[in-house]
Amino acid sequence: MPSQLIPPGISKDDQERLVQSGIDLKMENRCGSYLQVNQDVVHSECSETGIEVLSYKKAMEKYDWLKEYVWNAVAKDKDEITKYVAAQEKPQGYVIIAHKGTKNILPIQACLYLGRETIQHVHNIIIAEEGAELHMISGCASGGHVGEGAKHYGVSEFYIKKDAKVSFTMIHTWNENIEVFPRSASIVEENGVFLSNYVCMQPVKKVQMYPTATLKGENSVARFSTIAIASPTSYIDAGSRAILEGKGASAELVTRAITRGGTIISRGHILGKTAGTKGHLECKGLILKDGMIYAIPEIDGRVVGTELSHEAAVGKLAQDEIEYLMSRGLSEDEATATIIRGFLDVKIAGLPEALQKQIDATIDVAEKAGF
Amino acid sequence: MLDIRDLHVNVGDREVLHGINLHIDAGETHVLMGPNGSGKTTLLMTLMGFSGYKITKGTITFNGEDVTAMHADERAKRGMGMLFQRPPTISGLKLGKLLTAISHDKEVDIPGLAGSLHMGGFLERDINKGFSGGEIKRSEVLQLMIQNPDFVMLDEPESGVDIENISLIGNAIGSLLEKEKRIVKRAKSGLVITHTGFILDYLDADKGHVMCDGMIKCHGNPREILKDIKQRGYKECLECRHS
Repeated sequence: MPSQLIPPGISKDDQERLVQSGIDLKMENRCGSYLQVNQDVVHSECSETGIEVLSYKKAMEKYDWLKEYVWNAVAKDKDEITKYVAAQEKPQGYVIIAHKGTKNILPIQACLYLGRETIQHVHNIIIAEEGAELHMISGCASGGHVGEGAKHYGVSEFYIKKDAKVSFTMIHTWNENIEVFPRSASIVEENGVFLSNYVCMQPVKKVQMYPTATLKGENSVARFSTIAIASPTSYIDAGSRAILEGKGASAELVTRAITRGGTIISRGHILGKTAGTKGHLECKGLILKDGMIYAIPEIDGRVVGTELSHEAAVGKLAQDEIEYLMSRGLSEDEATATIIRGFLDVKIAGLPEALQKQIDATIDVAEKAGF
Repeated sequence: MLDIRDLHVNVGDREVLHGINLHIDAGETHVLMGPNGSGKTTLLMTLMGFSGYKITKGTITFNGEDVTAMHADERAKRGMGMLFQRPPTISGLKLGKLLTAISHDKEVDIPGLAGSLHMGGFLERDINKGFSGGEIKRSEVLQLMIQNPDFVMLDEPESGVDIENISLIGNAIGSLLEKEKRIVKRAKSGLVITHTGFILDYLDADKGHVMCDGMIKCHGNPREILKDIKQRGYKECLECRHS
């Protein structure tokens, strides 16, 4: 087992991009790691008893029953992206299984690195069995040099069983040439909790995703948070959706979007299908330079006894707030960065401290660069 | 320390201050009184350097330096500071984080100072969000204690504060202004807006001024002016023979 997760042929600068995406190259604060470079699985292991990190291929060979979980949460023919992934002869990606009652304290890291002008495709399956608690960070990054034509297609299917909990923190560090199409969905059973955090502070050509959580079980919970900054050439279409089916199911969808000239489309949809369900959607946008923040919050109640709400606001930095901080001796740039940092500060209830710190560190890097 | 000459200030298109003259020496605390809307807060905001307050004529000199055209941060760095009556709420910005930013890496015992103002439990809260009147004032004083300005402007420090908290805030402001030191040793100066005068129990103010309609109409002993206003209101100030 290597003591360091050094991807082959990746420069120091590009390794730093992995670090920015939350990847711990020394693996000191991670209980397991998966590394895929383009289509090659370079590393796959987990030291936590009862939790497995396997390549897709190995997992399918090992567990016949996994077939039931493949193209179950995500429909194979959903769109061109899923069809492309489904048509692959050699599907690649990771399978993480937290067996019944297991728990990881240090998170598992999955690193998907795109190093050349190709389509990287992955099919990931994450299963937390009854009573298990699984925390993971997914650092998706490209080399800084990778040019036009590089794309990432990622299908992820999450299964959160009775009384299980999964937190999934995804940090993107792409570049302005890369197009990214995650397709992910989760099914949450009785008392299950699914936390999904997405952070994108660096330029990207295009991101399009609309992860969906179906809360099937009674009292199941989903919380999505999205923190995104659109650089002048970035087009980020990032939504999240919760379908409230189980009695007492609840969902919270929170987005903080900043444009520095690019486009952010912030979608959100909560569907209340059962009485006794609750959902709240919140989107706040900040326009630093002319661009677009297009918030489309949808709440969709179908029965008596579902309670859904949303709030959305788009605005600019308030001059009185900047000057208030300047009157305390902060320069205009310091005051501006301090306010933006506060705007992006979303604390996610139930997230382990290590992962919250990782999210904070990723935002800190952007803050140091002056956003 | 502070010298204001013939200061004219516009807010929007309207002139609000019409030729203010005021001189405050090192170690002195002055009190500014006057009816609502007379221009007191406008004067403080202008002195602090807020961009919505346009100086059309006149000068502000601080410690011998012309600060008339300086931004708020440059004035703060030179030792000017302000307690705001209604500071903005800044979502997501934690009070503790702001205090660290204000300290600019100086060694300051933030938890200790916060504790002394009963603000220990507020360091992880968004600044001013859901704060009561008294909590806002305690947070303002706490920020000033870390900033430690030489010249402190206080915009109604006692408004919205209950009796118990007035002594806490009053004593803290007193120490900001070095009131525990002998007069000759005091170097810090203050300019305080007050309607009730409660705060005067904690600051021996040296001079009082009454502002009406954007002009300073009268000067004198602060307690006597206050007594006069309490008995007769501001009506007579408007016709004051000293004007």
